[in-house]
Amino acid sequence: MNSFILKNARLGSRELNILVLDGKIAHVYPAGAGSDLPGEIPADIREAMPFDIPSTDELAGLPVEDAGGLKAMPSLIDAHVHLREPGQEWKETIATGLKAAVHGGFGSVMCMANTDPVNDNAAVTRLMLEQARQHFPHGPRLYPVGALTKNLEGKELAPMAELAAAGCIAFSNDGRPVTNTEIMRRAMEYANDQDCIVLDHCEDEYLANKAQMNESALSGKLGLKGQPAIGETIQVTRDILLAEYLKVPVHIQHVSHRRSIDAISNAKQLHVPVTCETCPHYLFLSEEAVRGYDTAAKVNPPLRGQEDVESLRNALTTGAIDILVTDHAPHSAQEKEVEFDQAPNGISGLDSALSLTWELVRQGVITEIDMLKLWCYNPGRIFGIPVNTFRCGDPADFFLFDPEERWKLTPETMHSKGKNSPFIGRQLVGKVKAHWIGGYKVV
Amino acid sequence: MQQENHFEWKHKDLLDVDTLSVEDVMHVFKTADQFHEINNRPVKKIPTLKGRSVILFFYEPSTRTKTSFDMAGKRLSADTFSLAKSGSALQKGESLKDTALTLQAMNPDIIVLRHSSSGAAQFLADRLPCSVINGGDGWHAHPTQALLDSFTLRQHWGDDFYGKEVLILGDIAHSRVVRSNVQLLSKLGVRVRLCAPRTLLPRGVESWNAKVFTRLEYAVEGVDAVMCLRLQLERQQAGLLPSLEEYSRTHCLTARHLELAQPNALVMHPGPMNRGLEIASDLADAPNSVILEQVSSGVAIRMALLFLFATRNDRHVDQGDA
Repeated sequence: MNSFILKNARLGSRELNILVLDGKIAHVYPAGAGSDLPGEIPADIREAMPFDIPSTDELAGLPVEDAGGLKAMPSLIDAHVHLREPGQEWKETIATGLKAAVHGGFGSVMCMANTDPVNDNAAVTRLMLEQARQHFPHGPRLYPVGALTKNLEGKELAPMAELAAAGCIAFSNDGRPVTNTEIMRRAMEYANDQDCIVLDHCEDEYLANKAQMNESALSGKLGLKGQPAIGETIQVTRDILLAEYLKVPVHIQHVSHRRSIDAISNAKQLHVPVTCETCPHYLFLSEEAVRGYDTAAKVNPPLRGQEDVESLRNALTTGAIDILVTDHAPHSAQEKEVEFDQAPNGISGLDSALSLTWELVRQGVITEIDMLKLWCYNPGRIFGIPVNTFRCGDPADFFLFDPEERWKLTPETMHSKGKNSPFIGRQLVGKVKAHWIGGYKVV
Repeated sequence: MQQENHFEWKHKDLLDVDTLSVEDVMHVFKTADQFHEINNRPVKKIPTLKGRSVILFFYEPSTRTKTSFDMAGKRLSADTFSLAKSGSALQKGESLKDTALTLQAMNPDIIVLRHSSSGAAQFLADRLPCSVINGGDGWHAHPTQALLDSFTLRQHWGDDFYGKEVLILGDIAHSRVVRSNVQLLSKLGVRVRLCAPRTLLPRGVESWNAKVFTRLEYAVEGVDAVMCLRLQLERQQAGLLPSLEEYSRTHCLTARHLELAQPNALVMHPGPMNRGLEIASDLADAPNSVILEQVSSGVAIRMALLFLFATRNDRHVDQGDA
């Protein structure tokens, strides 16, 4: 079932055919005149293939799909989503979240542990994986991120060995910082023993206490309690020092402040094992988006100043920022349609992330290759998730992308249950037209 | 009473003073002048807003603002209905949106909202066709207080605010009164000074239309009026002040400070006062204290605002009559 030929797919600047066998890329070859089948496969490729090449007759019997000249892109990885299940299914479920993911170009997602109950024991991890398998047996692939500390309280280590055995691939306290540096140190060491990386939500919880937005002249004017951006950098700096001292890698989540980028850049020059991520909303919006008390733009970390937006955009190509993530945080409409200080933090991002990033490519901020590094190759490397480079033996995870199609982000065009996006109403360019994961067509 | 004016009141809502032009403000003052005069008559009720309804939606406790609006409405013969958080469905967990839609279904002319969340008045105004008057939202704005404060100063200074200096003293960071007052006073040509310990100043205050001081002795020098703000006692618990005693030692307005101001400098306070904490008790009762005048100005200003908002769509009818 998961063997087929995709013809007329655009890879880079060329139109090629892709032979998929048993859910893996077998051969990529020039679109031929007269036949969709590959010609004689060179001996070195044939030998490198992890499976036997079927006979010409068998190949001739394979279904052929026509890409019609659309771009074929490797499925993206979103290393930071909140799928709300178990416990908050009115916001999102694993089924609806994965549906939004796969339509948004994502073949793999890493879901955070702040569910109810928290993913701090194997039963919750298994439930997540079971839900994913039931609704999307062929993918997108769900990779749970286990809690770093029990109940995310930052006091005692979560049972990381148990969680890793159940399928967690990384650990994070996401949603809440780890204030106690001794706990953070031990958590990094222990997670490293499980061959898992720690993802850290960096925020000084005292500086950010009860904050509603970035602290600035605007928060002063709006009469909202702000949190200074340096609260993030203070913890980023701590984590860098721990990573250097312990020689254990750490990954900084949702970087929003230019000083954090400076700190991470410096650390990388010193070969400290630190990586980091940012999200499309920090690349497109400044704190001005909350003027008028728009709760759709209320997110944590909060949207910062315009200088931060510029600095983060620059850092996409210098290597300071390793990956992009959505921090997909769906909420129901009635939770967001309240007084600003009552509204929960979060932006629903899976539906719009790829088109927004494509806008960066169109603007010349990044190249298409940068985009694939940020959304696919780099997260694959950091988290050990297999990715498709269209080489023989790679998982046949890819989607067809129409780079010109215009569409509008509306509650109706979003697949996620959470319609909470400050980009609602925005005209977007570029859309996923078909998506295969493990050679199975899922869109 | 017939209002003889051809001034067009264009506003649907009063969320803050920033949307008001100087002409708008002067028009509010002139309208309030007429009501102020009525308030000094033995019979204080006129039929101007008969049949109009005003909902006083006070999500957060308030005595003087609510009473002031209530009295203003009743003196204009409007029907006023009070709704507080306790005793309303809000306490049962109803959302502000649903409560607002329910109130709108009763078709009021005006809703006056007092709420603890900054932006709450705008939230309501964005969703309702009736006029929304902000009776104070969080730390954000308190436009009717600012208007009554300037109206009070005008009783003493006349229309010429230009070049006057007003010091606002106290918890600037958490005050909606100061945010509206800085905008309105500077719009009228007043030079505003602010004074508070650094821990009670908001981020970005240097970009406001005001000169900022932390030491009261310097701040008060030569000013024409001092407006004291209430200090919420929880600020000390939040770690912003070592003790209330120390605050009163450094930032309580006393007669000694007032000697440094202009002779006859006015003393104001939006109330309720913590005597001895932000203002010396004897100053509050001194001849140059206008604290009680602020209260009576408040009724006149709110009558003017209720009148202007309740009749904003009647203009074409008036024109027809003329």
